[in-house]
Amino acid sequence: MLLASSPFQEIRLDRMSRAFGSHNALKDVSLSIRKGEFIALLGPSGCGKSTALNCIAGLLATTGGGIFIDDKRIDTLKPEDRGFGMVFQNYALFPHMTVRQNIGFGLKMRSVAKAEIDKRVEEALNLVRLQGQGHKLPGQLSGGQQQRVAIARAIVIEPPLVLMDEPLSNLDAKLRLEMRAEIRRIHNQLGATTIYVTHDQDEALSLADRIVVLRDGEIRQVGVPSDLYERPDHLDVAEFMGYRNRLTGKVVSVDGARVSVSVGKATLSGTARDSLKVGDAAVVAARADDVEAGQHSEHTVEAVVETIEYRGREFVGTARTVEGLELVFHAPQTAALGSSIWLAIDPARALVFGA
Amino acid sequence: MAVSSPPVYNRLSLRQRLALRGIDGVTILVLPAVLFLLAVFVYPFIYGLVLSFTPKEGGMFANYQKFFSDPFLYDTILTTLWLAVPVTVISIALALPIAFRVRLMTRQRLLTTILVLPVTLGTVLVAEGLLNYLGPQGWFSRTLMLLGMIDRPLKLTNNYWGVFSSLIITGFPFTFLLTLSYVTGIDPALEQAAATHGAKSWQRFRFVLLPLLIPGLAIAFCLSFVQAFAVFPSAVLLGAPAGPTRVISIAAYQAAFEQYDYSMASAIAMIMATVQLTIVVAILAIRNLFYRGSTAGGKG
Repeated sequence: MLLASSPFQEIRLDRMSRAFGSHNALKDVSLSIRKGEFIALLGPSGCGKSTALNCIAGLLATTGGGIFIDDKRIDTLKPEDRGFGMVFQNYALFPHMTVRQNIGFGLKMRSVAKAEIDKRVEEALNLVRLQGQGHKLPGQLSGGQQQRVAIARAIVIEPPLVLMDEPLSNLDAKLRLEMRAEIRRIHNQLGATTIYVTHDQDEALSLADRIVVLRDGEIRQVGVPSDLYERPDHLDVAEFMGYRNRLTGKVVSVDGARVSVSVGKATLSGTARDSLKVGDAAVVAARADDVEAGQHSEHTVEAVVETIEYRGREFVGTARTVEGLELVFHAPQTAALGSSIWLAIDPARALVFGA
Repeated sequence: MAVSSPPVYNRLSLRQRLALRGIDGVTILVLPAVLFLLAVFVYPFIYGLVLSFTPKEGGMFANYQKFFSDPFLYDTILTTLWLAVPVTVISIALALPIAFRVRLMTRQRLLTTILVLPVTLGTVLVAEGLLNYLGPQGWFSRTLMLLGMIDRPLKLTNNYWGVFSSLIITGFPFTFLLTLSYVTGIDPALEQAAATHGAKSWQRFRFVLLPLLIPGLAIAFCLSFVQAFAVFPSAVLLGAPAGPTRVISIAAYQAAFEQYDYSMASAIAMIMATVQLTIVVAILAIRNLFYRGSTAGGKG
């Protein structure tokens, strides 16, 4: 199967908007997707990511802006005329059709010759590793197999764009990891341009070429996974990317991008993500991985252990500071519940945002 | 440490053994219904069956021979079918598109109420209303005459069309509600999936929705058909009970209460039941040829 058969350079969302009454579910979303790119739309529930996907698919009308494939406007077309493939959250396989008929559905609707359909369905079955399952009904397959059928059905029509709406959220943890690798493999093999909606940052980080973080219907940040992981632009994006610890204080010194913030009795430092000057209120954000229990110093925060979990290689726990702030930390050995510990935040990893 | 033999437990109690066979306290609750069915359905049915084979005169099958040798009697089967089948088919054909539209509506309750109203009014009230409305002096003909579309009143009562419209009005809500429940039972994601993969609206209906609806429509057909086949009040009030709308229930009524031949009436009732059963079994057999499983698109 050659996706090169869809000759286009880019898919462009130009100020795409969708309002439900007075509520704006999507506000001026602009994005340019290169051919072959794997884009993850990431955000908490209610951020508008599924709305965006449905608008692109044509299942929901936009109320502003446009969608273009190169210079061809497509947001005025019906979903059946856009020619995209879509993988639904609950798979939406046709329960009365066999796996083969499900996969061949899009080709049949396009009046492709029977022999050609058979050939391409067979190829798709091989691609998603469902050889020998073609005669079964979807109800006879496991969740992971149904998901493979849904993916095969979407890609067999060689669409310019494949849309995936939280395709792994109905699977159990182990299968989710397997299918994640599977989706990556299929994408590497076919190079289909893909928009993948998810609320799971791990999925987005591991699959996507670029991640688009949405919040309240607006794009907060677009970037490659390492950008978002290491250098989130906003505190809310940081929070979503796993910076669960936030300590509020005042900036005491600024040295280029290095900023020191006094938090209670401690002085913490990190990389500034906003322009800050001495005396500004600021938030130090850090991941659990970068907060470690250790010895008392002027750079550590005192906290009382509330929970502690064994994670194999190390312990992960939560502790509460005297100010009542909850911090998530890791430690090489366990700590007694209710005991006082000193938490150090890795200055090379911590980020400082304006409050 | 001394080796102790594992403890031996008593056999399962009677209650546990019954529970394993699916019989528990709740099972007793079906007894009243079973007794009721035996008393008012099974016994009268068997009584009627036996009665039909003990005619006033002649051998065991005399009633049946009489029925099938007298066109005035056996024609009632065709007359009734000629009413019940078109009424059922048209009801379903009307209900389907409306159900597809209503499915998308947020305020279904008002419409549902309006549609259910004719059921609650009863056949006789609808028949009286139609007599006035569709009669020679009724608004319907008068309006058409006023508009100059016709120059003499249409004959729409005391004939086939009177019974036909009455059956549609009283039967449609039932058919519609049944159809609506089947239509709304189909996962909307299936239609969306069909659309994104290139199916036009007709193809979505033909290849995805219709195959999933057929089992439900077959049930709707059977229930509506049985209801229409038993037509009596409107055939008398709105039809021509001596001629074109002499349905099988009228023949049974006349046998029982005009000729006081209960045995013959029972035989007609049995024939009526056989015709209905044949149609229903045929429809259900056709239904078995189609997919009858879940109409959901997958897990979750």
